[in-house]
Amino acid sequence: MLERIEEIRGEASAAIAAAGSSAELEELRVRYLGRKAELTGVLRGIAELPPEERGEVGGAANRARKELEALLEQSAERLSASELEQQLVSDRIDVTLPGAPPRPVGHPHLIARTTRLIEDTMVGLGYHVAEGPEIEHDYYNFTALNHPPGHPARMLQDTFYVQSHPDVLLRTHTSPMQVRSMEAKPPPIFVVVPGKVYRRDSDATHSPMFHQVEGLAIGEGLTLADLQGTLLAMCRALFGAERELRLRPHFFPFTEPSVEVDVSCFQCGGSGELAGGERCNLCKGQGWIEILGAGMVDPNVLGFVEGHGYDAERVQGFAFGIGVERVAMLRHGVPDLRRFFDNDVRMLEQFG
Amino acid sequence: MRAPLSWLREYCDPGMDPAALADRLVMTGTEVERIDTVGPKSGDGFVVGKVLAREQHPDADRLSVCRVDTGEGERTIVCGAPNVDAGQTVAVVLPGATMPGGMKIRKAKLRGVASEGMILSAAELEIAEEADGIMVLDDGPPPGTPLSEVLPLGEPVLEIEVTPNRTDCFGVHGVAREVHAITGAPLAPDPWAEDASAEGEGEASDYASVRVDVPELCPRFTARVFTDIAVAPSPAWLQARLTAAGQRPINNVVDITNYVMLLTAQPLHAFDLDKVPGGELIVRTAEDGEKMTTLDDVERSFDAETVLVCDREGPSGIAGIMGGQRSEVSDATTRVLLEVACWNGTNILRTSRMLGLRSEASSRFEKQLHPDLCLRAQRIASRLLIELCGAKMVPGTIDEAAEIPEPRRLRLRASRVEGLLGMTISQDEQKVYLERLGFEASADGDDLEVVVPPDRHYDVTREVDLIEEVARVHGIDEHLPTTLPATGTEVGGLSRAQRLRRRAEDGLRDLGFDQVVGWSFTDPGEAGRLRIPDDDPRATPVLLANPLSEEQSAMRTTLLGSLLDVAARNNARGAGNLALFESARVYLQDATPADGVDPLAGHFAGDQPAPFSEPHRFAALATGSLSERSWRGGGEAADFFALKGALEALARQLGVALSFAAAEQPFLHPGRSAAISIGDTAAGWLGEVHPLVCRTWDLDAAVAFEIDAAPLLAAATVGEERYEDVTTFPAVYQDLAVVVPADVPAEAVSEAIRAGGGELLQGAEVFDLFEGEQLGENRKSLALNLEFRAPDRTLTDEEVAGLREAIKAKLDEIGGTLRE
Repeated sequence: MLERIEEIRGEASAAIAAAGSSAELEELRVRYLGRKAELTGVLRGIAELPPEERGEVGGAANRARKELEALLEQSAERLSASELEQQLVSDRIDVTLPGAPPRPVGHPHLIARTTRLIEDTMVGLGYHVAEGPEIEHDYYNFTALNHPPGHPARMLQDTFYVQSHPDVLLRTHTSPMQVRSMEAKPPPIFVVVPGKVYRRDSDATHSPMFHQVEGLAIGEGLTLADLQGTLLAMCRALFGAERELRLRPHFFPFTEPSVEVDVSCFQCGGSGELAGGERCNLCKGQGWIEILGAGMVDPNVLGFVEGHGYDAERVQGFAFGIGVERVAMLRHGVPDLRRFFDNDVRMLEQFG
Repeated sequence: MRAPLSWLREYCDPGMDPAALADRLVMTGTEVERIDTVGPKSGDGFVVGKVLAREQHPDADRLSVCRVDTGEGERTIVCGAPNVDAGQTVAVVLPGATMPGGMKIRKAKLRGVASEGMILSAAELEIAEEADGIMVLDDGPPPGTPLSEVLPLGEPVLEIEVTPNRTDCFGVHGVAREVHAITGAPLAPDPWAEDASAEGEGEASDYASVRVDVPELCPRFTARVFTDIAVAPSPAWLQARLTAAGQRPINNVVDITNYVMLLTAQPLHAFDLDKVPGGELIVRTAEDGEKMTTLDDVERSFDAETVLVCDREGPSGIAGIMGGQRSEVSDATTRVLLEVACWNGTNILRTSRMLGLRSEASSRFEKQLHPDLCLRAQRIASRLLIELCGAKMVPGTIDEAAEIPEPRRLRLRASRVEGLLGMTISQDEQKVYLERLGFEASADGDDLEVVVPPDRHYDVTREVDLIEEVARVHGIDEHLPTTLPATGTEVGGLSRAQRLRRRAEDGLRDLGFDQVVGWSFTDPGEAGRLRIPDDDPRATPVLLANPLSEEQSAMRTTLLGSLLDVAARNNARGAGNLALFESARVYLQDATPADGVDPLAGHFAGDQPAPFSEPHRFAALATGSLSERSWRGGGEAADFFALKGALEALARQLGVALSFAAAEQPFLHPGRSAAISIGDTAAGWLGEVHPLVCRTWDLDAAVAFEIDAAPLLAAATVGEERYEDVTTFPAVYQDLAVVVPADVPAEAVSEAIRAGGGELLQGAEVFDLFEGEQLGENRKSLALNLEFRAPDRTLTDEEVAGLREAIKAKLDEIGGTLRE
């Protein structure tokens, strides 16, 4: 019996050492150590041996078993390492193929992005964002903004009217929300109003539809100097911290005094000349770029909301309107207003 | 308004170069658009010459060969003008000089004869509109004298954009007063200070009469009569001035009326008195449909609000806008009736717009002039008619005036000046500025009592208008401090709806969609192209009364049309894969009465609701593929489920549960379209665009959705979530395969499962669909992943088995069985 055990051990050791794959090794484990293996049978049959043989045979069989188990484990490790190596070799890929495209991300429209920038700047200065109708009553667009019917100032803005509704129009500015906002809330009021506006005009520098952001601030003791500070803060946020402002007196029916506001040119730094000495093309050599209209809210406008707590002797304030397309064109070098509404994806995808 | 500098300087000369003056004007509120130069930019090479001899050109009938003395010697100049002759003193440009148009003069051979320069016409020097030949100068200046000493050469002209409130600056004198105010340079005495002396026979009323039937539309009508008029071309200085100011010289009488208008801003009109029967003028409104031929040779028809200046035989002019041909001053005119009137500005504006006829006169009258200006203009014009036309003025002025407004008196409080501006302007400074502008100002304590001059009567009506005057003359740019307002307890911010709208836009962007901004306008045919039937409210858009074109005459009722437009345009440019979205309003006829303020739903702040409904919407459209094609696959054409997946992803980001039910839209594939709802609210549609609609837009295929922003964002829970315990008690996950009749929608299966699972069922997602013979005819199998969880205990196998039984019972109700 002992010889037989030794024989199995020898045969199995040789076979394990010669095994060439994990699968072969598994086969050997089943053949020599499995439930039906001879060695397993020897160990199972120990009880049937004469007692004096039991110790010696059992010991030999157990030693053989342990030795084979150890051998199997060693071989398994050896083989799995080399198999992994083969696996890795055969798993080789062409790393120069393009990567898997992720789902593409879209792009915000430049007008929307610029509107948000203006809104956010004004929110930072303490303003709310209000929205009003684009199809508006004449009353809010003109009359309550101190453009009485038949007033020549109405000619400044060529207006689209709605068929069969002579007193309904497409708002020519975001200013109608001035009176609407004041009707809805007593002073103080600090709001900006973004949105589409419409004028009956179409050429390289005029679009019948464009976007504005209106600002309105009414309270006690607000001054023209406060307007200047507010606009300076806004223009620096839009065009850079180095910018300066220039307020030129102007005329708008719904503000008095009224100003047009220029910002120092951010391409030439306000000198009107580029580094090479040539004329700055952005400000056309002026050093200043006209950017918006503003002014102190006319007492006549406040008169329309007197019943809502706006007494022109007690509260006053300012308003301004800035063109979103103009800001976007200046900030990003867009040459033509009409590009914004063409929505060419080759342009849309330039702005993230 | 074109203000020639030399003319301006006649009344106020600040001694500044034109650019510096323009700058100062701009910074005080007078917009100078540009400085134009009339005539050569430089006078170099422009000299006085004397024609010594003239001979016929040997090879050209129309050319003369002239010997001209130009100071430094004789030279030969070939000239094409018929009127050139020996002995004339002429204007010559020498080789090397630059002509007004930028052409450089060179020595040249004309038909074989060398010409060293050019003899000039008035038109070539831009001091007249047109010329019949060369300009013959008065004898006197020796040859070689710089031409600029003899003629206004290179006249700078300020092109001013006058704001509609400043009627005074529609005249050179008003601009001069402005220059006086902002520079302090002295202002010449008023040009109307002195009247002409009347030497004609009789009285004006012997020759003419005026009856004003509509005093409210004609606050003043003045007329003077002139006899012995010799109509002729105006003298060179007057022609040059008018030309520089942009007016074409016609004859001395008409030129004088234009000149005085350009000086004072008050328009005038000259009638040939002999063509006014009986000299009788009547100012009345027209009969509806009444006709007249105006000076520009157009027959025009009037309505009952048009004011006409008529004679016995009918209309002779449209009040304040344009005269009639019948009474036009001609070369044969010897007697003139000079009308200087004041009209109701609103009426003039209305009539001018109604007729589509705007003139220099109407553009001034429409802004409302003061009746006091009439006599100013009469006085200046009278002097010129006598001086330049040899006229005799008949004594007396016919003056039909309604009530002339009292001068306006205003109080200017020092406290208001500082309180409104945030800067101090001393009382003395305020007084000086106002007086220079023509106001009377006297101190009363710290305040000023101010009288407004007539030419500012309708512009300066309140204290605040005076504050503007003193502020702008003082210098806003130089003196205004920069401060920020105290906002008190006000804090800014976006509303929740505004923040969510941004989130939704960002969500769509991150899902791969490019944002577009479409036109709010469309054409009325769009509804038809979208197959929307006539009785659908979307087929009756809000229409514009005065669109720029038919293509932009209707307000859009859906965002789909412009998305298709954008897709088609990009597609035509070769972009095959497009994913587009828009976040914007549509415009609907039904006015929804505002119920609280919700701008997304079209309920805006303010006492009056919006005239029409303007709900904000999100819409997206995809053509081609939403995923990029690569060597590994991808690039499948976007279909219903691709876009539904994107919309569901958006809804998940917002924390909104959307439900979908099969429903048709005229522009969608009838079998591949769904209605979107949120709770019980219909919120939009989703589907593959109808093949016929795609064909109309020249697209192969497209899939789109449109959803109302208000209900979507109102249902959003993002940002307001409450913590849920998911760590203490584990969830139990189970898969379920359900066999149902093929026509039972997946949504019904999910609903049955949710109903059976109750609160403990946390999720039931369909992850597989199987249709096969072994299920039997018209059956399908859906596999769902179920998640059971209790917040307060670990669920036992028995509990889950019970829930499964309940689910099974619910499924039974819709003909479903569990597939074990």
